[in-house]
Amino acid sequence: MYSASDLRKGLKISIDKEPYIITDFEFSKPGKGQALYRCKLRNMITGNGFERTFRSNDKFEKAPLEERTMQFLYAQGDEFHFMDTQSYEQLGILRAMLAETTNFLIDNMEVEVLLFDGRPIGITPPTFVELTVTKADPWVKGDTSGTDTKPVTVETGYVLQVPPFIEEGEKIQIDTRSGEYVTRVKS
Amino acid sequence: MAPAHTLWRRAALIQAIRAFFVDRGYLEVDTPVRVPAPAPELHIEAEPAGDWFLQTSPELCMKRLLAAGLPRIFQICKCFRRYERGRRHLPEFTMLEWYRLGCDYHALMTECEELFRFLAERLGLGGSIAVAGQEVVLAGPWERLTVAEAFRRYAACGVAEALGADRFDEVLVREIEPRLGRGRPTFLYDYPAELGALARLKPGDPTVAERFEIYIAGLELANGFSELTDPVEQRHRFVSDRAAMEASGREPGPMPEPFLAALADLESAAGIALGIDRLVMLMAGADTIDQVVPFTPESL
Repeated sequence: MYSASDLRKGLKISIDKEPYIITDFEFSKPGKGQALYRCKLRNMITGNGFERTFRSNDKFEKAPLEERTMQFLYAQGDEFHFMDTQSYEQLGILRAMLAETTNFLIDNMEVEVLLFDGRPIGITPPTFVELTVTKADPWVKGDTSGTDTKPVTVETGYVLQVPPFIEEGEKIQIDTRSGEYVTRVKS
Repeated sequence: MAPAHTLWRRAALIQAIRAFFVDRGYLEVDTPVRVPAPAPELHIEAEPAGDWFLQTSPELCMKRLLAAGLPRIFQICKCFRRYERGRRHLPEFTMLEWYRLGCDYHALMTECEELFRFLAERLGLGGSIAVAGQEVVLAGPWERLTVAEAFRRYAACGVAEALGADRFDEVLVREIEPRLGRGRPTFLYDYPAELGALARLKPGDPTVAERFEIYIAGLELANGFSELTDPVEQRHRFVSDRAAMEASGREPGPMPEPFLAALADLESAAGIALGIDRLVMLMAGADTIDQVVPFTPESL
């Protein structure tokens, strides 16, 4: 159990049997008045947000969350299959739950799977991933069009902006937090 | 850690506060920080220190000095309030309190105007300060706004309705405070009687307590009032506050008996507590209290 004084940004609590993360938090207390804990919360399954003000005597359930390291095996239709690297247990997660993280998933990649009450609700890929460019316009040296980036497609189908010298077949490093190009990987 | 220039400004401010009160014949006092019985206040929780507590305010000791015949006293000290931590709160903070015999809360408001003007001048800020891009003029009379009028003007419900729904503080914080002290500081005054545990009720209107707060650019800076000097009434209020504390699962500390005994000798007086860290925030243009102290608890 948490009490109101434990509330802070990033804390995960359970409300009506659903996990919520506090995305914004402000403590206020008018002169000699009650302490008010204004929180913005986001449902960790649906992504829906709402705002609520809690009081000193409010109590909160800890969200029963667990993170397990799993290896991505393969995708079949809309279902992505993962295997626990310790217990070898397998489970499938629907694409909708993974959202934009599917942009970075390649076979055998190790990810952190977040489970709520034993149910997978999302994954965290490594911060930096290396993916092969499968489609890129050739680099025209001396191009003076003024653009300093161009779009390329990587092996997962994800499209991003990279410097013009990146060619098809090359590997690039991507920051999965922002989805942005970091550097070319020399082979 | 606060930047060096903010610490210089903080020190200059504290020195200027001392100069103001010393010039006016106030005696600087330093009462004990560790006390056996803090004032039982429903929404303030004292930090235990052995069998005693760290002070939540020097109020009770200072009023005992006042009752003992010291007519003008001030103190700059550390106060401690458990669980109060936010953008504008630290569980250990620096307070200025001053008390004066033979005056009421309106006289004290006027003295606050004089103090702030003196401080701004001493710190070379001139007649106004800039807070988050807005100019707040300290010169000239400040706004004096009753709580009832503030609710009529800014809130979706009246005071009685907010109190009835136990939403007074919430409405104050969300709907009213951000509108106060814009352009010039605001004295919000005449609080509902039940919200001034140590304040005198207004003669002729017992529904309100002679209590006020200072707001500048939405930031609450100080809480002052005409002192309640009736020991019987004060004991009665403490008893009911302690009952409410017990009802909410808190163990009330012992009754501050020596204070209640001294109150019998106290003549009419007024006193005020002002948060020095917040004043530095204003004078240094800081958005958070963290930016004006040498260390926060988290950094220790």
